[in-house]
Amino acid sequence: MQMENLLNIVDWSRAQFALTACYHWLFVPLTLGLGLIVAVIETIYLRTRSDHWLSVCKFWMRLFGINFAIGVATGIILEFEFGTNWSNYSWFVGDIFGAPLAIEGIFAFFMESTFFAVMFFGWKKFSPKAHLAATWLTAFGATLSAWWILVANSWMQHPVGMTFSPEEMRNVMTSFSEVALSSVAVNKFLHAVSSGWCLGGIFVVGVAGWYLLKKRHTQFAIDSIKVGGAVGLVGILVTMATGHGSAVEVAKVQPMKLAAMEGLYEGQCGQNLVAFGILNPNKKYNDNQEAMLFDISIPYGLSILGRNDVNAFIPGIKDIIDGKDMIDGKPVNTVAYDQRIERGKAARRALADFNDAFSRGDTVAMNAARTALAADYAYFGYGWLNSPQEAVPNVAMVFYPFHIMVTLGGWIMLFLMVSLFLVFKKREWLTFSVKNIKIFPLLAIITVPLTYICSQCGWIVAEVGRQPWAIQDIMPLKAAVSSVSSAGVMTTFFIFAILFTILLVAELRIICTQIKKGPESNI
Amino acid sequence: MDYTFLQQYWWFLLSVLGSVLVFLLFVQGGQTVLINKLDPQRREMMIGSIAHRWELTFTTLVTFGGAFFASFPLFYSTSFGGAVWVWMLILLGFVLQAVSYKYRSCEGNLLGRKIYDFFLVLNGITAPLLLGGAVSTFFFAGSFSVDKSNLLDPASPIISSWDSSLQGIELLGDWRVVAFGLAVLFLSRLLANLWFINQIDDSEVKAFNRRQLLINSIIFVVLFLISIITILTATGYETTGTNTFINVEYKYLNNLLAMPAALIALLIGTVAVVVSIIATLAKPTFHKGIWLGGAGTILVVMSLFWIAGYNNTPYYPSASDPTSSLTIYNSSSSPFTLQTMTYVSFAVPFVAAYIVWVWRKLSN
Repeated sequence: MQMENLLNIVDWSRAQFALTACYHWLFVPLTLGLGLIVAVIETIYLRTRSDHWLSVCKFWMRLFGINFAIGVATGIILEFEFGTNWSNYSWFVGDIFGAPLAIEGIFAFFMESTFFAVMFFGWKKFSPKAHLAATWLTAFGATLSAWWILVANSWMQHPVGMTFSPEEMRNVMTSFSEVALSSVAVNKFLHAVSSGWCLGGIFVVGVAGWYLLKKRHTQFAIDSIKVGGAVGLVGILVTMATGHGSAVEVAKVQPMKLAAMEGLYEGQCGQNLVAFGILNPNKKYNDNQEAMLFDISIPYGLSILGRNDVNAFIPGIKDIIDGKDMIDGKPVNTVAYDQRIERGKAARRALADFNDAFSRGDTVAMNAARTALAADYAYFGYGWLNSPQEAVPNVAMVFYPFHIMVTLGGWIMLFLMVSLFLVFKKREWLTFSVKNIKIFPLLAIITVPLTYICSQCGWIVAEVGRQPWAIQDIMPLKAAVSSVSSAGVMTTFFIFAILFTILLVAELRIICTQIKKGPESNI
Repeated sequence: MDYTFLQQYWWFLLSVLGSVLVFLLFVQGGQTVLINKLDPQRREMMIGSIAHRWELTFTTLVTFGGAFFASFPLFYSTSFGGAVWVWMLILLGFVLQAVSYKYRSCEGNLLGRKIYDFFLVLNGITAPLLLGGAVSTFFFAGSFSVDKSNLLDPASPIISSWDSSLQGIELLGDWRVVAFGLAVLFLSRLLANLWFINQIDDSEVKAFNRRQLLINSIIFVVLFLISIITILTATGYETTGTNTFINVEYKYLNNLLAMPAALIALLIGTVAVVVSIIATLAKPTFHKGIWLGGAGTILVVMSLFWIAGYNNTPYYPSASDPTSSLTIYNSSSSPFTLQTMTYVSFAVPFVAAYIVWVWRKLSN
């Protein structure tokens, strides 16, 4: 397969994976958030034994069930796409990457699906306490499932706990705990799961807002806002805290991504954080044009965000490519990208030498090649690149989603705080209107799609910011694909696009129908 | 733990997962009853009795895929990256299944119940047929080549390549693959008949399923005999080193005779399936055929996995480049990963126990 065709396949494979991942992430955060909310509501029901809370619980459980099915359906494709579209990747790191996926199946997926059945069909077959336990276990199973998937994803961002085996031409695991408990994985897990709680909370408050707008099921709406708002607020606060943690991790292990998030080409000590900005679309990393056409910045913001230090140096894209950085005010020699490319190619030559010696059984030459390979293996992936420019992600596709995410995150936090204040302290203001427009219900409804946009933007930042790497520094996407035709991948892309869109519309219609029907008892 | 033991242990675990998956395909077999003309109430009773089981089949498939990825990643990259269309069609069917059970009875479901029922039929046919076909390549080979040194070629670094541009569709041109796939399809249908007879206390449903059971069983037995005779008389590869193979006549028959456990499992399993069918057909009060037939199915499939992968046999032979054939020794994960995953696998009995407990309670 020649390079031109290969790049075409890479683009279509990326598009297909992005499509399926984006659709999947429409449903997963709602499962995570709504699962927790349903568990909390059922706990309240068990403590109060009130039919009212039972009705509230069953209503949200019904929506949870509808969403759960399509989340499961879109998820299965992702696991198998690693084989169908990224087969080279599957061999090169399958020894490490496959384990979290298998563990997810054994522990989390079975737990989730088994207790999901109890949740829905076990009201009369299990005691109330056992049923509640099943509801919590379903929520826990979904969270556990997210844990292993995020471990796998984090490993792609920050490959640890492995070594390269030249005999087998692949990476092999050396420490399971380093893979499963890396600081990047822990942060990403907390960040993604808490964002799901936040989205679930906003969804509940949004639906409750619609009932307030329609003057239906008012007590149900108020109680839903109490629980949904509280879970959502905890979610967004943890999301923000871990978002900062993620930025610190990114600054350490993926500085190029951080630079792209901020559209930063040449960094400085006490680096500002762009609060709002418009990128110069013609800017190249090695020209003298301004990076921003317009921006409003927060002084020292990026230094604090990335390195917890007002005066810290944050390298820009050009700095990183040139190998410039500073720690504690002192210049640090990192490896410039043209050297990384050379060292990556040297690593490949050493691997070729090893392969040759291995086939001859020449142990002396094998040892020499192994030593040479080990010295440069950290840059192995760069050997596939032709120029430093290839190592720069699409800055606009990282910068804008990052800023949309942060801005919307701020709005969500403010909105949830106000929601809880109103529902507990100024309930009459929930239906306050200006010129017949009920302010709170309207904002609650609008905030639902905004939260979905915020959530999707988070993943766009994480994944586009990782480009061009399938595994950071070790394997670029163009070396990770399968030997398939671009026409074939294009076909499956459109099949999934059409199918998932139809299923999404169906889900939205079903959920809207259920919302219009409201809870079973007239509360 | 010894590396060879770990490789063999994980092949055994995959045989367990694979055989349970084949048994659970009775859900898919049950979905195909929607083709038949039945009165709506009884049709809903039958669909209702399998509707809450689809998650188990689905989850077992995901775990089977994940376990294959973790333990034999070279198979994952070669088969999934090669026979792409077979796997994609299987997955599409499962996607449709996952939403159809929930959505078919919901108001405002956009497409209408008939379309979702059509999706269920589609998955009911494609999943057993294509999964069976894909697994049959363990015996009848695929056309692929594996060259790890391609990683050294920056212009063309892909190590596994599939010879046909049809990317797996060409397998449907091999009558042996089709016969095996159809055998699995009719096995899933007859297991579904046994399931409905066990679960639904309605004389018409039982009578209908007995009639169906007879037809499905006859077709299954014929296809099964064709497949098993073809396998046992086939010439197969035997590995003599990491990537060296020789042709051996009656390789799979030799494997069966060399491994008494496999022979016993195949015989007992076959007898169990046959007895479950005959007893259900002959005795109107007998309704536990699903458990006997299910256990038999698991034993037969496990036996087939064993003769495919043990006794120095490449479980994924390549027709076009024999040296690329995959054995449990040249395609597995590292000792560290297999050992780690082995500790994880000790939890499987507990997982199975709570699943059985929950479903028994729900069924009661």
